[in-house]
Amino acid sequence: MSPRTLSEKIWDAHVVHKGVEEPDLVFIDLHLIHEVTSPQAFDGLRLAGRKVRHPELTLATADHNVPTTDIDKPVADPISAKQLDVLDANTAEFGIICYPMGHKNQGIVHIMGPEQGYTQPGMTIVCGDSHTSTHGAFGALAFGIGTSEVEHVLATQTLPQLPVKTMAVEVQGSLPRGVSAKDLVLAIIGKLGTGGGIGHIIEYRGEAIRGLSMEGRMTVCNMSIEAGARAGLIAPDETTFAYVKGRDHAPKGEDWDKAVEYWKTLVTDDDAVFDTVVTLDASTLVPAVTWGTNPGQVAFIDSVVPGPDDFTTASEKDAAARALEYMGLTAGTPMREIKVDTVFIGSCTNGRIEDIRAAAAVLEGHRVADGMRALMVPGSHRVKEQAEAEGLDKIFTAAGFEWREPGCSMCLAMNPDKLSVGERSASTSNRNFEGRQGRGGRTHLVSPAVAAATAVKGYFAAPEDL
Amino acid sequence: MKPVTIITGRAVPLDRSDVDTDQIIPSDWLKRVERTGFGAGLFGEWRDDRDFVLNKSEYQGANILIAGENFGTGSSREHAVWALTDYGFEAVISPRFADIFRNNSTKQGLLPVVVEPAVGARLLEEVAKDPSLEITIDVAQGTLEVPALGLTIEFPLDEFTRARFLNGWDDIGLSLRYEDEIESFEQSRPRFMPSTR
Ligand code: SF4
Repeated sequence: MSPRTLSEKIWDAHVVHKGVEEPDLVFIDLHLIHEVTSPQAFDGLRLAGRKVRHPELTLATADHNVPTTDIDKPVADPISAKQLDVLDANTAEFGIICYPMGHKNQGIVHIMGPEQGYTQPGMTIVCGDSHTSTHGAFGALAFGIGTSEVEHVLATQTLPQLPVKTMAVEVQGSLPRGVSAKDLVLAIIGKLGTGGGIGHIIEYRGEAIRGLSMEGRMTVCNMSIEAGARAGLIAPDETTFAYVKGRDHAPKGEDWDKAVEYWKTLVTDDDAVFDTVVTLDASTLVPAVTWGTNPGQVAFIDSVVPGPDDFTTASEKDAAARALEYMGLTAGTPMREIKVDTVFIGSCTNGRIEDIRAAAAVLEGHRVADGMRALMVPGSHRVKEQAEAEGLDKIFTAAGFEWREPGCSMCLAMNPDKLSVGERSASTSNRNFEGRQGRGGRTHLVSPAVAAATAVKGYFAAPEDL
Repeated sequence: MKPVTIITGRAVPLDRSDVDTDQIIPSDWLKRVERTGFGAGLFGEWRDDRDFVLNKSEYQGANILIAGENFGTGSSREHAVWALTDYGFEAVISPRFADIFRNNSTKQGLLPVVVEPAVGARLLEEVAKDPSLEITIDVAQGTLEVPALGLTIEFPLDEFTRARFLNGWDDIGLSLRYEDEIESFEQSRPRFMPSTR
């Protein structure tokens, strides 16, 4: 067989029907569901009189709409409440396990899968959510789909897929102290642009990637979509196996040995060729802060806000001018002189235990700046419990942070946690689009450590500034 | 979906790149559990500005949207496509579409027309100058024509997607043609794969 890349191997292992002048039909090992993109899919099933083919390969949770306070009370927004009820009713009707608000297994869909051991190497995983790429950190082929495709997977457990190009992002060197996986992925998106990955599956490779923890790898893969990529993945290795081992749904006993034996074959062959190769040196990176209204508009904490003149094409210049206007920023302003109103730590990008630890390490012994609104929102109930067991919640509350219940929270404006018009945030989430965190809100994407330092200073800051 | 063969009409020039799906349909609208009625939310925040191109009287009734590159980036929300079709758009022209948006649009009969950046820029300019300009898109031929400009270009469309548009095929039905193969694949899956049971 000719040499293949990792994503091609996983793809080939899942082809149910090889397409001739039509897409391959690909089997889906795990289908994750949440309340926002599934109601119309279940309606479609009912309309056509179809069943869910594999309820046991389907798993649902409530995350986007849930409030992060008073979760023992009914959801106040009637439209959100209805969407959550509809998820409960649909999953009950079709025999799918669902973790509703407040359940000990509930959390952001992309945090829940890995932590319970559902996400494993070599799988195909889909969800009606673009950040499904997160699961690629395990060497799985994982991508976001729309509601029509959700219905398709529910009905057939397969998806027709046209071939995708492959891209290698090779990250040499190692990350300097104080520079995290989030800074790395923002640097990668800055380099590729929001459209650079379109039509590609990215495989992240190289020394810096191998050196990341599983959680760091999830942060990197999570934001693949922000460079336009269909998916992002990392070959599984000992770090991966150690993370999966012993989790609730991980293989056990003899099955574990068989699984690991297979997983070890999931690497790109030495002489396999990628359609595109991009390289980056991790050792030169510093903490990143976005300045504009798409995640490709990235600067570094030591630099200044760029202006239209810093760009070459007319469309980039135009986008920069528009972004500066929306963000209320002037070109040439040092990043450290931009005042911040709200700090949000959480989301499927940075709502895991290592993120909370990183932020707590910076916050310990400090207070947030006067007038600062600071939210710490764990990504799942399990993450929250773990953090509380380590006493991290005390560090946050002592510093003046609000310690919240799990959910998507201020990552997107679908629940009570929102920015108001003109309010500026330092956020560990993944999108700085206009209005993403609330109409008129201004979002800057940062790492958990930078978010924590910024909360203390009141202006963008790196941990060493404290 | 309904068959789509020829799309003829006027276009709206949306001269912006990186139009993300949060802009196409703001997240407030995502709480709805229905599939219809999203047209009112299309470009919700931008439409508050009286001068936004969609609000201009000369572009009312247009059924083709022309935009800058990287159209539909961001979230996987199919609601973005529902908003565009509910509003009355039948095709979007852009030099580059985000993958998930493109996929979603082809499931809903909204035709993504990929053009060279120079062609895209010219169309934006000409339609801004003359809002009455008529455009014809022929799915079978894979051509976009602007007779008043003497312009005819070909655009790429894979044969499978073309056939689905022309015939209005339902994807699930197409995949279930291979139900036997799905069954035999299911038999061969390794036992160690996770399940919720
Ligand atoms: S945390 Fe944000 S990006 Fe992640 S699933 Fe929730 S809304 Fe989407």
